[in-house]
Amino acid sequence: MAQPFVKKDDDDEEAEYSPFLGIEKGAVLQEARVFNDPQLDPRRCSQVITKLLYLLNQGETFTKIEATEVFFAVTKLFQSRDIGLRRMVYLMIKELSPCADEVIIVTSSLMKDMNSKTDMYRANAIRVLCRITDGTLLTQIERYLKQAIVDKNPVVASAALVSGIHILQTNPEIVKRWSNEVQEAVQSRAALVQFHALALLHQIRQNDRLAVSKLVTSLTRGSVRSPLAQCLLIRYTSQVIHESASNSQTGERPFFDYLESCLRHKAEMVILEAARAITELNGVTSRELTPAITVLQLFLSSSKPVLRFAAIRTLNKVAMTHPMAVTNCNIDMESLISDQNRSIATLAITTLLKTGNESSVDRLMKQITNFMSDIADEFKIVVVEAIRSLCLKFPLKYRSLMNFLSNILREEGGFEYKKAIIDSIVILIRDIPEAKESGLLHLCEFIEDCEFTYLSTQILHFLGIEGPKTSDPSKYIRYIYNRVHLENATVRASAVSTMAKFGAKVESLKPRIFVLLRRCLLDSDDEVRDRATLYLNTLGGHGSEVETDENMNEFLFGSLEVPLVNLETSLKNYEPSDESFDINSVPKEIKSQPLAEKKAPGKKPATGLAAPPSGPATTVDAYERLLSSIAEFSSFGKLFKSSAPVELTEAGTEYTVNVVKHIFDRHVVFQYNCTNTIPEVLLENVAVIVDSSDAEEFSEVASKPLPSLPYDSPGQTFVAFEKPDGVTAIGKFSNILKFIVKEVDPSTGEAEEDGVEDEYQLEDLEVVAADYILKVGVSNFRNAWESMGADYERVDEYGLGPRENLTEAVNAVINLLGMQPCEGTEVVPSNSRSHSCLLSGVYIGNVKVLVRLSFGIDGQRDVAMKLAVRSEDESVSDAIHEIVASG
Amino acid sequence: MELCPSVKNVLLLDSEGNRVAAKYYCDDWPTNSAKEAFEKAVFTKTQKTNARTEAEIAMIENNVVVYKFVQSLHFFVTGGEDENELILATVLQGFCDAVGLLLRGHVDRREALENLDLILMCLDEIVDGGIILETDPNVIAGKVASQSVDAGGPLSEQTISQALATAREHLTRSLLN
Repeated sequence: MAQPFVKKDDDDEEAEYSPFLGIEKGAVLQEARVFNDPQLDPRRCSQVITKLLYLLNQGETFTKIEATEVFFAVTKLFQSRDIGLRRMVYLMIKELSPCADEVIIVTSSLMKDMNSKTDMYRANAIRVLCRITDGTLLTQIERYLKQAIVDKNPVVASAALVSGIHILQTNPEIVKRWSNEVQEAVQSRAALVQFHALALLHQIRQNDRLAVSKLVTSLTRGSVRSPLAQCLLIRYTSQVIHESASNSQTGERPFFDYLESCLRHKAEMVILEAARAITELNGVTSRELTPAITVLQLFLSSSKPVLRFAAIRTLNKVAMTHPMAVTNCNIDMESLISDQNRSIATLAITTLLKTGNESSVDRLMKQITNFMSDIADEFKIVVVEAIRSLCLKFPLKYRSLMNFLSNILREEGGFEYKKAIIDSIVILIRDIPEAKESGLLHLCEFIEDCEFTYLSTQILHFLGIEGPKTSDPSKYIRYIYNRVHLENATVRASAVSTMAKFGAKVESLKPRIFVLLRRCLLDSDDEVRDRATLYLNTLGGHGSEVETDENMNEFLFGSLEVPLVNLETSLKNYEPSDESFDINSVPKEIKSQPLAEKKAPGKKPATGLAAPPSGPATTVDAYERLLSSIAEFSSFGKLFKSSAPVELTEAGTEYTVNVVKHIFDRHVVFQYNCTNTIPEVLLENVAVIVDSSDAEEFSEVASKPLPSLPYDSPGQTFVAFEKPDGVTAIGKFSNILKFIVKEVDPSTGEAEEDGVEDEYQLEDLEVVAADYILKVGVSNFRNAWESMGADYERVDEYGLGPRENLTEAVNAVINLLGMQPCEGTEVVPSNSRSHSCLLSGVYIGNVKVLVRLSFGIDGQRDVAMKLAVRSEDESVSDAIHEIVASG
Repeated sequence: MELCPSVKNVLLLDSEGNRVAAKYYCDDWPTNSAKEAFEKAVFTKTQKTNARTEAEIAMIENNVVVYKFVQSLHFFVTGGEDENELILATVLQGFCDAVGLLLRGHVDRREALENLDLILMCLDEIVDGGIILETDPNVIAGKVASQSVDAGGPLSEQTISQALATAREHLTRSLLN
């Protein structure tokens, strides 16, 4: 018998020996023919299945035909009563995941096993059948599954419950009928049955808040024994706390006692889960934090790395919001810097950097220097980011921190690591004026030997802005001009631009810059030569007509007023013609960032070298194209702003309508997006009748009805209004949807001839001041504020009345003004008593507006606000105040 | 929001980083090459650490990976970024110890491959579609072993020729040893 599988004779010689050496799919598939033997050899069959499973496990795939053949052969093995073989058959069927018409073949065999006296058969048959079955079969086996859930054998019960959790994803309505049995299983003595039952019960009820809350209330009184189930209960509890958090600040937090009692549980996983839940409570107080921090501190000195890691990771998160609460653990964390596990050490360092005080900085830096040489880049980046925030916290320590950064910049490292260091240095230069000169020199040294084009160009750009403002700009020229000799075309071009900036700003350097720029005229690259020529002309190096200073500065230093993404799409849409591309036609609206970007921790916009955040501009484009394609609206000029859709109907009604407000200089267009959610009807001549009697300054000029609105294919109808030019007219509009209903024959899909006129009341719609302001961010608010000047500054103070907290007040004002928050100032640290928020935007008529808000809250939660506005137009500054005063 | 603790994968690699057995329960690694790349990353990042007496832990590709080395085999359990590390460690401990029991202390690549059926059944008993099924190593090993004790099948079910073949095999082995 050819059985390489169990031969033990030829081992010892080579360590590389494998029972599967030289295994081949084709040969194994041939071997699988033994499944068809009239006299089954269970051992041999088991071995062949093992080989098949080995192949699948190594990533081999079977073609559809091969899989079907194997499947049919395997089903023959149900004839054998060998337990081991049956077990392998179960595994094999799960791996093959047969299609529906194949499942039928094994259904009866599996159902027989589900009713077997052998527990192992019952448990496994349930798992296999539930894995491969679809909804239709479920109703047949439902009765058995319900029985199995309360089976006295825990393995069988768990199998049924876990299968229930899987089935719930596809057939919730069936599983929901098992609620009683599942509830009984929650009381099981078997630890894992309790865990599985609780998980399933919660999933059944998860959309019913009240039921979940009741579940938590009854179970937290203490009938849960299994640690895993206890962890689940803690998660459910914190979810309930989170959802009922609104009245938390006045009284005791509900269920907090339960969470605290879990800190004394004997299983470490429960303690950790509870401690983590407490630290993540909304607006957690230091009194609530203390017991959780204490248990985490004990974990820090555990002999188990997993426990130390879990504890330090949690403390690290706490330190971001409550650094003071963690300081007690500083000594324990310092000893973790030398931890064998580098993840733990890095977390310890970064936590210490957040909790440390000014006097401990130098000592910490010494410890970190030793540590940096033996960790991987990904950890180093984390440390660099922590040091950056430390430096901003203790600006007086910039010297030692800047030295540290420049030292590690000289060492080996990959792109991401170097970029993190450069970003940090740039931020320090921007925020700490004393650090500027030394920081710039470190950057210059770095580009002398920098292998990353991206970093070189970014640094050159930055040098061009900051360099000319230093006491001795000439010392940077050498570093910059060296690039023209030594680097690739991209870097050379960017060096040319930087030199031009020095030439423009520093009159005394101009003649020498001209000499250098002229040399660049002979460069081998087009872009470099073009730039050199362009700058020589602008700066007057060719003796030609010199541009005025203002124009030149605007050209060299002015920021691009449009988001780059918008510019890119506009350029792509531009078709070459006699008309040249007009940059003013590019939309300026920044779309809100996708959620994923916001989640990225520690990456505030406008803090690094990166450009201000810019999002997709597709919707703006789409609206513009849509509106300009409609003849009635083509004369309205350029679209200023389109609002986000506002729902005018509640969810789940027969017709759903939302509206988008399009603002033009002298017109407003409402775009009603309508959807018909009834399959049996067709709507025709759909129009919205708008009553503008509460909006005096508006008068209706055009309306564009929708000829037909079939089921489930959204359509738009429009109404346009005229308003006085340049006036930010506001008002309220009531809307009625009018249409002709025609019934549709469901079998043919054809509509009847005759229809009935009908109407449908929609909710009111308002045009508010925020509709006239575009969200446009600035990359450096302070610079923008300074350069705007105080000519049209208007300052006033307002009382906002009692508010829940500052966050609510800040958001209310941001929403009222509809402006873009800058530099992450929309986030209010929890429990703070005062906050400053920076906003920027463009007012209708293309007037830039900047707003500085200072908030304060007193013991009675009364919020006061100081509002400072700067803009390019006096009336606009006043208008902003009016909005706030009337809002 | 996923509240139930879940396991993304369980891996068993040999001392060179080759896959002995692996089971993935989520779609984060859709292709075999993605799986192999992840296994390589996990292996190289953990290779130099000492995870023998106590289980170790690392963050890899925004996942929590707990791992332990026993003799020449490397055991790994991966969970999501926010997963309770100790729950994952309990699963890992159950896996390691159950395999140790099933292989009767010979935890090496060859022994594992020769008893691959046991290892695969063991994985099947620990996690079902990402949900933790059992963590007690004795229970896991017990469930697997009870099914394989009589793998040879009762004698009555064997045909004469098979019985002869088995006997012959036993004889040759005893002669050679």
